[in-house]
Amino acid sequence: MKRRLRRLVVAILVSGLLTACSAGAGSAPQPTSTSTAGEDSSLVIGFSAEPANLDFTRTDGAAIPEALLVNVYEGLVKLDQSTGEIVPLLAESWTVSEDRRTYEFTLREGVRFSNGAEFTAEDVKFSIERVKSDAWTISLKKGMDVVESVEVLSPTKVRVVLSKPSNSWLFAMTTRIGAMFSRTGVDDLANKPVGTGPYVLKSWRRGDSIVLERNENYWGEPPAIKTVALRYFKDPTAMTNALLSGAIDVVGTLQAPEALDQFTDDDRFQVIEGTTNGEVTLAFNNESGPTSDIRVRKAIKHAIDHQALLDTAWAGRGFLIGSHVPPTDPWYEDLTGLYPYDPKRAKDLLAEAGHEKLRLRFRIANLPYAVAAAQVVAAQLAEVGITAEIEPLEFPARWLDEVFTKADYDMSIVAHVEPRDISTFGNPEYYWRYDNKEVRDLLAQADAGTDDEQVTAMKRVARTIAEDAAADWLFLLPNLIVAKKDVTGLPKNRIGEAFDLTTLGRS
Amino acid sequence: MFLHIVHRTLALVLTLLLASIAVFLFMAVLPGDPARVALGVNATPEAIAALRAEFGTDRPLLVQYLDWVGGLVTGDFGVSYVTRAPIGPQIADRLLVTLWLVGSAMVVAVVVAVPLGILAAVRHRRLSGILLSGLSQVGVAIPNFLAGILLVALFAVRWRLLPSGGWVPPAVDPLGFLQRLILPALALGLVQGAVLTRYVRSAILDVLREDYLRTARAKGLTLSGALRRHGLRNAAIPVVTVLALQLTTLLIGAVVIERVFVIPGLGSLLLDGVANRDLLLVQGVVMVLVLAVLLVNFVVDVLYTVLDPRIGRAVA
Repeated sequence: MKRRLRRLVVAILVSGLLTACSAGAGSAPQPTSTSTAGEDSSLVIGFSAEPANLDFTRTDGAAIPEALLVNVYEGLVKLDQSTGEIVPLLAESWTVSEDRRTYEFTLREGVRFSNGAEFTAEDVKFSIERVKSDAWTISLKKGMDVVESVEVLSPTKVRVVLSKPSNSWLFAMTTRIGAMFSRTGVDDLANKPVGTGPYVLKSWRRGDSIVLERNENYWGEPPAIKTVALRYFKDPTAMTNALLSGAIDVVGTLQAPEALDQFTDDDRFQVIEGTTNGEVTLAFNNESGPTSDIRVRKAIKHAIDHQALLDTAWAGRGFLIGSHVPPTDPWYEDLTGLYPYDPKRAKDLLAEAGHEKLRLRFRIANLPYAVAAAQVVAAQLAEVGITAEIEPLEFPARWLDEVFTKADYDMSIVAHVEPRDISTFGNPEYYWRYDNKEVRDLLAQADAGTDDEQVTAMKRVARTIAEDAAADWLFLLPNLIVAKKDVTGLPKNRIGEAFDLTTLGRS
Repeated sequence: MFLHIVHRTLALVLTLLLASIAVFLFMAVLPGDPARVALGVNATPEAIAALRAEFGTDRPLLVQYLDWVGGLVTGDFGVSYVTRAPIGPQIADRLLVTLWLVGSAMVVAVVVAVPLGILAAVRHRRLSGILLSGLSQVGVAIPNFLAGILLVALFAVRWRLLPSGGWVPPAVDPLGFLQRLILPALALGLVQGAVLTRYVRSAILDVLREDYLRTARAKGLTLSGALRRHGLRNAAIPVVTVLALQLTTLLIGAVVIERVFVIPGLGSLLLDGVANRDLLLVQGVVMVLVLAVLLVNFVVDVLYTVLDPRIGRAVA
């Protein structure tokens, strides 16, 4: 009996062991970072936020477009990496009518989706109408509301009519809502993306990596790197260790700028520092509480030494901005001089407002840059008599509920990373609860006007919200990329939603 | 003996039921709405309401609970709010990974603790024994993530002998798998080994003081012979108990280690699930962990009757 039992136990253990040999299989083997230039070149890039699934039509967040836009999915237009201008992609050219409401696109010929289907004007109509339908659930779909109708004029000509002139619509077409989908390729977007781009999805191991392979049937110039693996690291130290030990070739977004020093002196690596669209914003509740008084807001802005804050909280990497506009936007103006560091002025303003000793609820997002910046802000505010009680809230779950939806806060910190999101100041329901008709009118003017009118109006918007102290802009997050010396074509500034893999190469 | 097993099985089922209620209620009262998190910033109230209906989170709690538990019993863990993929296969895949990690950590712990513990006990009056005891004290004090970071800094970054993290299934690349397993298993296992050493040492010391051991030596056996024949089996009981308890500690420690070494295991799945308010996923993972711990304790209980037949007889 005992011998039988023993044999049974051994048998169970062995079969268990054999099954366990495929543990963590997911689908494909680990991409290694052995690179050879030319035909079989490969690259491994590290990122921090992993996509939950591959369907950005129903799942919000920056992670999915970062990986798939421009690389797997393409739109009619895209943003030029160096100039920030809107340039042709799947549309060869387009004309805009006199009243600026009708756009006629001439599409490229010979373009195929990765499932073999041809890309025609029918797909453009399908994709645009799909955004407006229930198939898309993310809030960014609002950007397509201005489209009144889409007409197929021929297999390569399509006419889009807007209900009113809108500059922001063409810009929105460079973002994820402008991605072109195949009429026959949308049944499993969460796992099987079908696009016209230079890369196709080869495999995806959740919790580990997404592997993209060069699309050999791509309509345009094929990218230099054949296989790109995107690996996700939640721990920033694990990512830098992976680069140091050679497991990855590029750190796509360095989350810990203090770690930069170990790379700047190392000959094996190159460091790229540029701008992003991420404004780290100190939000004020403009509607209720002590911060609804403009003097209190101005006092807070004068009490903060922004350079010192940047040096302490983000190792001096980043840029100071005076409004909700990054330097890569056409209407950027340096407004940092509007509120110089002046604690005496801050105290005077507070006294005027009748708040010599003030307590504010400082409910921030529990993210590294926010926590670091909040400590400095609180310390600086203490010097002018303001006690800021820091309460880190779990992000996104609690912060979204308490601060963003209910506006139950006095001050908060979060980075706003969407491109051209200054328009949120035209929405009185947005969590800053800033209600200014002049700004709303200016935003409408900018949207409807010519390019020059847009620039003028947007400059005025930026200046007005700064003068109104609607928020304080602590700094602009830097685009920090660290890579092995031989990697070329890395983007200096992060201007859109995508991490453009098509320009990468190895020397 | 049979009745003993029946009792234990009933206790297992009851504990699982209670655990399911506890974890469900806990997730239900946790602030933060899964629909809002999934839809992100700028979500419209209509979209949130629609998604809530799709998830079923707008139904009464009792209905949600019964639906979920009913599914569990048939092996259906539900569909994840975030990935929209079935949860069962995801948990299974990640569970195997964590089992490899925890299993190898246990092996490391036992391999370290048993010989060192015995030595420390046998030589407890000599310098070598005292030093070993002191060393184990130091080991107990080190947090396992610190051990992990140090190991990575030395072996992966400084000397480039081993990869700094990641995971390859053993069937796909056995060498790569082993290379990636060594450091995390050491980080988890060495620290637990230090804890276990102290238990082994005290268990052996107890045995050394027993009459039957003195009798065995009087009959002519050497110390090691006496230990091997009579002592170890008796010392094994408290040690096996501790090993079962340590499993829980290892599972928790695995969560941190998985983060440091970027291993796609159950721990990281759990952390992600909580951050995303992926309620069904978190509940599923917690139930699996509870089941794992309960099963191990169950097996240990049964093992006792093998190690010490008096136990089974006494209970029955």
